[in-house]
Amino acid sequence: MEELEHSLYIVELFNKIFGKPVVALLGLLGIEPKHPESPIPDYIVMCIMVAAFLIVVFGLASRRLSIIPSGRQSVLEIIVQMFESILTDIIGEQGKKYLPMIGTIGLFIFSANMLGFVPGFMSPTSKLNVTAGCALAVFVYYHWQGMKAQGALKYLKHFTGPIPALAPLMLPIEIISHFSRPVSLSLRLFGNIFAEKLLIVIIASVMPFVLPLPFMAVGIFTAIIQAFVFVLLACIYIAGAVAHEGEHS
Amino acid sequence: MKHLKALGSLLFFVLVASSPLLAQGAAEAAVNPVKASLYKLALIVGGAIITLTAAAGAFCQAKAISSACEGISRNPGAASHIRFLLIFGLVLIETLVIYALLITIIIVLIQWGNYA
Repeated sequence: MEELEHSLYIVELFNKIFGKPVVALLGLLGIEPKHPESPIPDYIVMCIMVAAFLIVVFGLASRRLSIIPSGRQSVLEIIVQMFESILTDIIGEQGKKYLPMIGTIGLFIFSANMLGFVPGFMSPTSKLNVTAGCALAVFVYYHWQGMKAQGALKYLKHFTGPIPALAPLMLPIEIISHFSRPVSLSLRLFGNIFAEKLLIVIIASVMPFVLPLPFMAVGIFTAIIQAFVFVLLACIYIAGAVAHEGEHS
Repeated sequence: MKHLKALGSLLFFVLVASSPLLAQGAAEAAVNPVKASLYKLALIVGGAIITLTAAAGAFCQAKAISSACEGISRNPGAASHIRFLLIFGLVLIETLVIYALLITIIIVLIQWGNYA
């Protein structure tokens, strides 16, 4: 895979500016970076780009809100309402308090997927490290919210299933199924984006001029669908964790 | 102007036609003849995995989509709910295909048997 990847100019620029301080900081912690001349990997640079973009667009847009929305504000309101409607459809009326986490994850993954179509950038989600980070964040978050909603003991009792006699059988199954969730979330997102990128590279090596364009259009569709699916599954996991015993039978 | 246009399109088609030729020229790695059969087997297995998975996944997705279409045409009022379930189901099917694709990519790119 190494020969398919070339270093991006932005990553080189980042490493020129921040490389030495990062190496010094890692040296204080006793970690020796693998490539001392470029210690910051490309996906971290791209993640910082996505985060900066989202902070600028959404953070600055939330200043100066007005009752009568301007053009920019109404577009952002549509995005927020979309996430809200997904949450209320799946979790119910009390699902609105999970909007910050779900909205952030969804917007981050969507922008990260779409960043791959800008020349000179790459999708950070085509690396397993980034998607595993997102999936682990969702994993920790839904367990935490489940414990907050039901109490820690009641939530842990939830794993033993409805019948006490079957608890020794249910407990390993439930634990395995819960631990397979972040694995499947991260591998699904990584596999889709990585396969899309690989497909475009292969098609471009066959004919680099016009032929990759329809595949890039399919890639935009994939980016939207995968961000939606990630949000959807995170909502379903939260709904399963915070649901009370009587409701979800 | 007219000449420029003709020249431009000629250049474009020449580049299009020559692009597969330009892509060639990678040095052919010397394969150990003892390991060559292993390498061939790995390639065949990798191709077979993704072919079978694509066929099975396409069949299952076709089944899901056709029943969703039937459901929507019988009861258009439930369209949004059915579409939600359809996308969810399609994604779960597609996930399994993506797992097989990742395994295929690993098998093909690792080039098992190509190196000593």
